[in-house]
Amino acid sequence: MSTLSLSHVTKKYRLRNGIHSSVLIAVDDVSFDLVSGQTIALVGQSGSGKSTIAKMILQVEKPTSGVISLDDTPVIRRGAGLRRYRKDVQMVFQDPFASLNPYHTVEHHLDRPIRLHFPELSKAQRHQRVLDLLERVRMSPAEDFAPRHPHELSGGQRQRVAIARALAPEPKILIADEPVSMLDVSIRLGVLNLLAELQRQENLGVLYITHDLATARHFSDEIMVMHQGDIIEHGPADDVILHPQHDYTKLLANAAPNPERRLKQLAK
Amino acid sequence: MSADQNRPDPAAKRTPADARPDWHETAPVVSIEDFSIDYAGERPVHAVVDVNLTLGRGEILGLAGESGCGKSTLAYGITRLLQPPGLITSGRVVFHSREGYDIDLTTISGKQLREFRWDKIAMVFQGAMNSLNPVASIGAQLDDVFTTHRPTMKAKDRHARCGELLERVGVGANRLRSFPHELSGGMRQRVMIAMALALDPQVLIMDEPTTALDVVVQREILDEITRLRQEFGFAVIFITHDLPLLLEISDRIAVMKAGHIVELNDAYDLYTDPQDAYTKRLLASFPSLTGERGDFIRTGAMDDRLEEGR
Repeated sequence: MSTLSLSHVTKKYRLRNGIHSSVLIAVDDVSFDLVSGQTIALVGQSGSGKSTIAKMILQVEKPTSGVISLDDTPVIRRGAGLRRYRKDVQMVFQDPFASLNPYHTVEHHLDRPIRLHFPELSKAQRHQRVLDLLERVRMSPAEDFAPRHPHELSGGQRQRVAIARALAPEPKILIADEPVSMLDVSIRLGVLNLLAELQRQENLGVLYITHDLATARHFSDEIMVMHQGDIIEHGPADDVILHPQHDYTKLLANAAPNPERRLKQLAK
Repeated sequence: MSADQNRPDPAAKRTPADARPDWHETAPVVSIEDFSIDYAGERPVHAVVDVNLTLGRGEILGLAGESGCGKSTLAYGITRLLQPPGLITSGRVVFHSREGYDIDLTTISGKQLREFRWDKIAMVFQGAMNSLNPVASIGAQLDDVFTTHRPTMKAKDRHARCGELLERVGVGANRLRSFPHELSGGMRQRVMIAMALALDPQVLIMDEPTTALDVVVQREILDEITRLRQEFGFAVIFITHDLPLLLEISDRIAVMKAGHIVELNDAYDLYTDPQDAYTKRLLASFPSLTGERGDFIRTGAMDDRLEEGR
């Protein structure tokens, strides 16, 4: 069991405009816990601060104030401590066309994190792990996919390689920033299904960042709604979507295409 | 109660402004007959195969399908924007102007074609918000449309018309001197729609106009399109892969797969009673927001509807 917790995390950016400057509060006093085995969806409009939270969790940005801790120890921001943290917290990016290096093979992408985090393994053992990882993201025959370059894969396959890469260090927490929004509609659910299955096998804690309320509802246990840096609603997925309390959540829920509601309108 | 009893009479279910008993048959604005497009190469790709479509005046026709199914190619074929190796191999596209004459789009070229595009059929491109010129103001770019297509128009009239257009799409005439980077994505998209509407076209082709926008802005744009359609009475071909979204705005929906239109039906019927296996699979890939459908993600159980063909 691991717990990633954010307590009173705030991020301010200074905006410069000539000699004047102003402060933009991107994330305002946010606190939540993410436990292994749990999926939390973070939804909100673009610019609401969702990605800033992801960046801070991954230690790409430093919070202006507040503490991020893993298992009750504050995150160490440098050296070996940071490497240990990175082993436990991994990320799947939005765009599988940009997140894989076109010069390197699939094997190389998966081998790197294994080599970094498990230096004791031999070359043959690493190769076996790469194949296992590929099998686990349903890319078989793995021997066939390992020597390929990213351009020889479809969007969905690339995203599965990116997922395999995130799983390579055997993390406890996975941050998925819009993992399916760049994929074709018909394979989106397949990738989400895979993520859900891996999550249960590994007992991962997943932070699913999205603006798609429908998948957020079905994919996650809890939903947090962000608006201008604030988490304005946090609760079990079905409650937030079916009985939204906050005005902004209602606005979001109404803006999402909703065939059922539309059919009722047409039938009137 | 069976679904059949529940279903209202198709003619009665809409408001009078929309009432359209087979409108596309009686008052067509574009008819596409046996239209095929190939991409020539060592192994020619049949991107569009024998498509037959009729677009009614003032109708919103949704065109759905996965990437690579040929939906954008079809749109480019209609507007004759195809670049080699794209090639129209058969069929024709006839435009029925409201002035009462017909034009076969596959035969015209040169000056005639230039006069036709934008004026009669305008297009909003994919990722349109990034297709504005970053070093020219919005006003100057809108103005260009008129200097090219309406050379006799006076500068003062052009300016007034540009301002009026921006007001129409909800951006505001005071943004005429703004540059694209000073506007948000949604506003840039509105400017692109204003530009497409500049010459009062009879058909508007929109290729994924809201894909890059977030849900709230997307909703605003959709409402805007619906409103403008009622105001100007243009027909729309709305291309996207998002079927639930299409249901919200279209009168009819066509589903495309590998160059073929596999199903074409009234939006309501297509959603409630899909005939083709591919349409069913496409519909199944959208989890529903408020209904039960889609619950299988959380349980992780693989749904065979999604596996098929992959």
